[in-house]
Parts: sequence; C-alpha cells; structure tokens
Amino acid sequence: MTNKTLRNNIAFYAVVVVIVLISVFPFYYAILTSFKTGTDLFKVNYFPSSFDFRNYIDILNNGKFIRSTLNSVFIASTTVVFALFLAVTASYALARVRFRGRGLLLMTILAVSMFPQIAVLAGLFELIRFIGIYNTPWAMILSYTIFTLPFTVWVLTTFMRDLPVEIEEAAIVDGATPWVIITQIFMPLLWPALVTTGLLAFIGAWNEFLFALTFTASETMRTVPVAIAMLSGSSQYETPWGLIMAASVLVTVPLVILVLIFQRKIVSGLTAGGVKG
Amino acid sequence: MFKKHTLTNSPISSLQQQKQRAAFWFLAPMLFVLLCVAAWPLLRSIYFSFTDTSLTDLYGGEWVGFKNYLSWRTLSSGRTIYSGTLVDPAWWNAVWNTVKFAVVSVTLETIIGLMVALVLNAEFKGRGLVRAAILIPWAIPTIVSAKMWAWMFNDQFGIINDMLLTVGLIDHKIAWTANLDTAMLSVLIVDIWKTTPFMALLCLAGLQMIPRDMYESAKIDGIHPIKVFFQVTLPLVKPALMVAVIFRTLDALRMFDLVYVLTPNSTATKTMSIISRENLIEFDKFAYGSAQSTLLFAIIAVCVALYIWLGKLDLNGDQS
Amino acid sequence: MKKPWQYVNASFLAVSIAASAIHTAHAEEIVLVSGAVGKDIEILKEIVKPWEQKTGHTLTVFPMPASTTDQFAQYRLWLAAGNADIDVFQTDVIWAPQLANNFVDLTPYTKDIINQHFPSIIESQTSNGKLVALPFFTDAPALYYRKDLLEKYQKAAPTTWQELTATAKEIQTKERQAGNDNMWGFVWQGNSYEGLTCNALEWVKSFGGGQIVEADGSISINNEKAIEALKLAKSWVGNISPAGVLAYQEEDARGVWQTGNAVFMRNWPYAYALGNMETSTIKDQFAVMPLPSGTENGPSAATLGGWNLAVSSYSTKKDASISLIKFLASEEVQKYQALQSSRLPTIMSLYDDPDIKQQQPMIAQWKDVFLQAVPRPSAPTKIKYNEVSSKFFSAVHATLLGSGSAEENLEVLEYELEELKGSRW
Repeated sequence: MTNKTLRNNIAFYAVVVVIVLISVFPFYYAILTSFKTGTDLFKVNYFPSSFDFRNYIDILNNGKFIRSTLNSVFIASTTVVFALFLAVTASYALARVRFRGRGLLLMTILAVSMFPQIAVLAGLFELIRFIGIYNTPWAMILSYTIFTLPFTVWVLTTFMRDLPVEIEEAAIVDGATPWVIITQIFMPLLWPALVTTGLLAFIGAWNEFLFALTFTASETMRTVPVAIAMLSGSSQYETPWGLIMAASVLVTVPLVILVLIFQRKIVSGLTAGGVKG
Repeated sequence: MFKKHTLTNSPISSLQQQKQRAAFWFLAPMLFVLLCVAAWPLLRSIYFSFTDTSLTDLYGGEWVGFKNYLSWRTLSSGRTIYSGTLVDPAWWNAVWNTVKFAVVSVTLETIIGLMVALVLNAEFKGRGLVRAAILIPWAIPTIVSAKMWAWMFNDQFGIINDMLLTVGLIDHKIAWTANLDTAMLSVLIVDIWKTTPFMALLCLAGLQMIPRDMYESAKIDGIHPIKVFFQVTLPLVKPALMVAVIFRTLDALRMFDLVYVLTPNSTATKTMSIISRENLIEFDKFAYGSAQSTLLFAIIAVCVALYIWLGKLDLNGDQS
Repeated sequence: MKKPWQYVNASFLAVSIAASAIHTAHAEEIVLVSGAVGKDIEILKEIVKPWEQKTGHTLTVFPMPASTTDQFAQYRLWLAAGNADIDVFQTDVIWAPQLANNFVDLTPYTKDIINQHFPSIIESQTSNGKLVALPFFTDAPALYYRKDLLEKYQKAAPTTWQELTATAKEIQTKERQAGNDNMWGFVWQGNSYEGLTCNALEWVKSFGGGQIVEADGSISINNEKAIEALKLAKSWVGNISPAGVLAYQEEDARGVWQTGNAVFMRNWPYAYALGNMETSTIKDQFAVMPLPSGTENGPSAATLGGWNLAVSSYSTKKDASISLIKFLASEEVQKYQALQSSRLPTIMSLYDDPDIKQQQPMIAQWKDVFLQAVPRPSAPTKIKYNEVSSKFFSAVHATLLGSGSAEENLEVLEYELEELKGSRW
C-alpha cells in the first residue's frame, strides 16, 4: 500500500467515525440515561456509572407495552406492504406508459401530503367513524396512506423511469405482459429503491403519534409512540426520564435489526453491461 | 449514457393501447385509496376556511367567504381597517420563520446527506453496521428525540454545554432554547441530525441504481474523482435527489413536532403549522386556523411547482 | 355497545345487590378518560370498588398522555365530533368555560354537596351559571427553600420578593466564592407556556397588580404594580436565576434544585416527595412556605391548579356517570386520596382532619398556601382564555428576554386584550 492510499484510507475511516459518532451519540446518551434513576438523571455523565436495569424490568413487566409494540409491528408492516403494492403498480403506469396528464396526476398525488396533519384531523376523524374502523388498527393503516403513498409513488416512479428501456423492449418482444414485466423484470432491479422506501415508510408509520392518539379509544389498541407518551411519573409534572429512555431504546433496537437485515438489498442490481446482454 | 424511452415512436400501436389499458388498472387502486382517505378531510378543511365554524359547534358554521383570509371595512372617517390572516403579523412572522427554516435545513441536509451517501456507497468493512447506525436518528420517535435534545440543551445540566465548556469552545453556559438568536439554531441542529439519514438513504438508493461499469470506464479513462462526481454521478443521481428534496421541503414547510416540544411559543421559531394548530385547537378560531392551513397548502404547492419548474424536473418523462 | 348478556347480568345484580340503588336500572360501563399519572390509575380502580359494588356499574379508565396540551386537543376534537364512547372527562381547572357547551350542567345534581368545597374552586368551574365539573383534587405552588443554606448564612425565610432577591443574591455569591460554581439563587418556570402565566400571575397579584382580567371582565393588567413586579422578575434573569430559566418548565427547575444547585424554587407539591427521595442531594434539607408577597405584610398569591370531573353531553349513560363523579368528589374518596397519594383535597374540612394531619403533614402545610390561591382568569374570559393566556405569557416572556420594556409590553398587551375582548368576552 502506498503512502497516498494509506492516507486516503485513514481520512476515509475518520469521516466514517465522525458520521457514526454524531448519529449515534444521542442514542448512546439515551442508553446511558436509561440506566439512571432519581436525582442521577439531572447529572451529566459520559460513561455509565452503574448498570441498573430497573427501568427495563419495569417496562417489560408492563404487559401493555409489549401489546403496543405488537400493534405497531402489525400496523407498520401492513402499511408498508399496502403502500408498496399500490405504489409499484401505479408507478409502472406513471413511469413507463405515455398518457396525457401524467404530470398533473403526480402533482395531485403530491398535494395529498401538503396539508398539515393537524388540519386534516377533524375530517379524517369523521371519515374513520363513518367507515366504522374507529379504534381498530385499520384506522391507522388507512390514515397513514396519506403520507406513505405519495412518497412511495413518487420515489418508485422516479427510479422506474430511469430503468433502461431496452430491458422492457426485450421482454415485450418475448411476449411478456405488463404484470410480468413489473414482477419479473423491474422488481429485482428496483431492490435498492424498494427497500429504501419500504424502510422509510415503515419508520414513518412506526413513529407516527397524532393519528395514533386520536383514532384509538382503548389501551390495547395503542401504538408505541403513544405508549411512550403515556409513561408518567408520580405526578402531572414529573417526567419519568429513565423509563422513557429505556422504552425508546427497546423500540429502536428492532428497527436497527430490521435495517441490518434489509440493507444488504440496497446494493446495485443493475449494470450497464447487463442492459446490452 | 443510455437513451430512455425510445418507445416514443413505437410502430406497434396496439401494444401502446394494451399498455394504456393496463396503466389504468394499475393506477385505479391507488387513486381509489387516496380519494377515499384524502378527499374528504382536505376538501373539508378548505371548506371550513370559508366559514365561521368553531370547534364547539363543528356543524353549525356559516359561509363567510374570504373573511378569514382578508376583509376590510371603511369607517365613516375614511380610514380602512383590514383584518384576516393575510394582514396578521403573527402569521407572516411564522411564514418567514418556516421559509428560513426550510431553506437552511433542506440545503444542509441535502449536502450532508449526499456526502454521507457517497461514503456509504463505498465498499468497506462494517458497511452494514454503519448504514444501520446512521438510520438511528430517523428511527427514534420524534416525540422522544425532541425531548431528549431539549434535555441535552438544558443550560445547567445539559450535556452539550458541558461538552463545549470542557473542550473550551464556550466560556459560559448558553441558554440554547431560551435565547431568541439561538432558538432557531437549536431547532436546525436537531432537525438536521434527525432527517439527514432520510436524505442519505434516498441518495444511496439513487447511487446504487447507477451501473457500476460507468465508474469503471471513467476510472480507466483516468478522470479525476471530483470530475467524475460532477459529470457522471450527480447527473445520474439527480432525479432521486430531486424527489428527496421535494419531500424534505414538504416536511420542512409543515414543520411541527420538533418545535412543539423544543421551543413552544418562541416567536423566533413559531412555524406555520404551529400557529395554525394554535388557532385550530387552542384558541377558539377553528375556521381561522383552517384558513391558515389552506394558505400553508397553497404556499407549499407554489414552492413545489416553482421548484419543479426551476429544477427542470421532468414529470411527464417526455424529455430525451 | 352492549351485548345482551350484559343486560341479563345487570338485572341479576340489580336484584341481588340492593333495591335502594336508584341508578341501577342497568349495569353500565362508564368510561373515564384521564391524564395517566403514575399509580393514580391503579389507585382510582381501587377507590371505585365500593361504588361499583353499590351500583352494579363498572368503571373503565382510559389513560391519556400526561401532557395537558395534548389532552386538551384530543378532548376538544372528540367532543366536537360528538364522541359517545367517553362518558367522564378529567379536566384541568382552566378548561371548564372552554368546554362548557359539551358538558352536562351539574347544578341540579350537586346542591347538597356543593358547599363542602372551596368556593373559589366551585367558582372556577362555573360558566354562565352552569356547574361544568366537580372538583376532584386541587393543586397550588409554594416556595421551596434550603433550610441548611439559610441557617448557614443566618437568613430568615423571605416573606417578600425583594427579600428573596437579596437573600438569594447573597447566598449565591458566597456559595460561589466557597467554590460551588453552579449555585443559583432562585429557579422557576420561565418558558413561554401556560406555566409562565402561573408564575407571572403570582408576581403581579402579590404586588397588588390585579389578576390580568378581573372577575367582572375588565382588563387590569396595564398598571404600575404589575410593571414593578415584572421589572423585579426581569432583574432575576442572569442574576439570581440562570439565563436558561426562560426555557424552563417544571422539571428543568426541579433538576437544578434537586442536584443542590438552587437556594429557592417555585414549584408544585409534587417536587416535595421527589426532593426527599433517597438519591436526592437535598434530602431533609429543605422546607416549603407560601410564595413571597410584593409588599411588606402584603398578600401572597399562588396560582390555583387542580383537576375536576365532567360528564359529556354525548354520553348515553349520564345518570350513572353523575353518580360516579359525585362519588369521586366525595369526602371519603378525597380523604383516601390525600392519605394514599398526597392529593390536596378540595373539601375544606379535610384540612383539619386528624388522620391527614398526622399521616400527611405536608398537606396541612399547604393549607396556608391554598388559602391564598388565585384563579387564572379562565372564568371571565370564557372561551378565549387560552388566547388571553398566550398573549400574557408572550408579553411577559418578551419583557424577561429584554425585548421591549415592561411598560411598553404591558401597554401593547392591554390593547391586544381589548381587541380580543371586543364588546364582551
């Protein structure tokens, strides 16, 4: 290894370390705080002074919290599957088929995401009670499409448009239907985009608070962010900081694992050579 | 670069028809769902903004036209008094705050996000772990991370002041969220920390869609990496980047939860969403708040349209 | 939704328990929504057992996040949409007039018990002659002070704000000279939020500057006394209080206090028990007293807090709900809560109760504080209270930050409130 590449390597890893440090430090601080109780919460530490798992035990002994996590898993996964299914088909039409008004249609879809959440709350609440899905997971799944669907449609449309047309033409010549083209040819090429939008939509649904609070009316239906907001001290004013942090750590870890599993798919499935071949 | 859409002049017109029929059926479910979920709430908000509805009596509002936006009355003395959101200084202060916030945060997030994505696009040991690590800020629920940062920003027992003091960057404890001049900075820091992963991940997906061989041919030709970035990478990743920026701008202009937790009611950070929530829920001005939400909607629509036009974003896919 | 078997069950109960219970036509399930706070929910479930046995009804508690602004938003929306799923709401003391239209008038049902409660609380829950909610428990802040530090520097506990300022400054300076760099004189809640309205109302009121909007609806805030009060408060920031106090809410103040870094603190009763925890730096080294007054021998003022119970007009089980809240507001329940979770009772006679005096001496201490409690102007300003409060705390916050003088800001505030009021509140 020459000096220059060595120097470049060191610089590169230094950048990686800085990025990781900044991203992870507040999370590290959350872990640190989750081991604290009482007055220690108000003291600054950089390293854990003791490992007190009391907060974690309290959280895990709270049956409602586990129930909330399961609710969130179900709601977020269903939302993602639902959104990706609708978006993949729609974005094929928007990206690969020529028809008038595509730009306008895309803008209309985007417009759905332009209202502040709080403003649509009243109307959405009426709608959900009208359909009769108030206080069920479907209320959340349906309302989350307001922000997941425009996003997934737009991202997938952009990516699908960039796929080389030769691939599609070859398939058409072989007699493939649009459905086959989407599922057999485009999907494998789109893995990085699918996984990325899926992950982002999953996290968005997982973390949503306002709709989840408004559309539930029983403790067993609540999702994780609401359950965390429910953790409380012995009075209205006390914030049970250690507990909240322990809960946040517990719900963030599954997300990290999820990313670890799926990130392998964020790898190029496409080579320019493959287009010609 | 490969040419896109050479089908433009395809001789097989029946194939086009078949595709268009398929397109309709592919679009229908998505449009149906969006229509069901979004049409009623959105139109209702807009309708409310032209009435005098209050939350005490949601169904008793009467049509008042543009009164919530702008109305005026000329007094007998000849003086004209204007009222409505469009002449409300609090509203314009919020608009200014929001735009400032959106421009700064989106610009910085895009630049940093792209840089992070370039790093993550390289192959190195532990790449998977690093990718997971950078997503953590995005993964922590905002209600929690905003409170956590509020704690870290505390002037007396917050870790940020402690760190800066130890390093010697500041000589006295700063009241981050209390001062008017640092409040916006605090919000920006947290927002950039929180949403850069979103940008980075979308850029990464864009980078991964670029065929590897393009780099290799550039490498063989001995082109300088920076030149490669500007001449090969950037143009290819641009569509993905543009979409990421649109969605970030949308979110930034609707900025709510972070400010709500970190600096509620500070005039330096009040955003359009915050002020419209205040009127919708806290104050007895539901219709007025609806008018502000509708204006926010209009402002976003204009911004996005401008952006698409200026960025020459090709919505129809007709270019090339 | 009721299932048929529940009715069967109900009639069984009705027969088997007691014919004396008038409300027991059906056994109803009452849903009570309340800000979830610690063990309160468990205690609540325990408390209602006698009621459940007597009436055959059951209570389901639906907890909400502890943030009162979040609660208020949800309740408003639910009530606006006529949600019949919730029967009883636990409401903050300032909400009564704003939500009055959606709640049942309790006046006819409570004639027999209304006189037991503090008149000021009942007044705060009355809007246009309609009793909107029954008091459940009350709350009022006090001045926390460090006994050990006052003793060390031979100072008396301050009775006026000026005295507090001087004492705080002296102890802070001397403690810092002794090497305790992080010591501050006085911490309170200066963030621009409802809590600042409470703090500032106490200063203004104790200086004799009125209570922002008086009971008859007149706007009194722009006066000499109020200006003097705000000027004194302004002088604290960066002097005896950290500059960051302008971003503090209750927990931030407690953080500084409980790590032993403040001589005085203004806070609610909750900080008492927490300050005496095992891990607390200041365990057994502090005491509480009423907040100082603005003038020598003048009155002190503490902002009235506390929670109440209201019945939704959209409830389909109003009779059972009313019987529930009457039970919860009763003397026996309030006493039980005082003993179990040191809630301040709203029934006057309980402050002289021997059991409470013996087991919860802190509550007896709070009686003096409570006698000087001042309500926020939620009753006269009715549905516009939140906006009034927001304008008030924004003006105060601006003054404390130094953007505009007290004179200017209060004058502008007066004008804005006049505009808001129009011909009447």
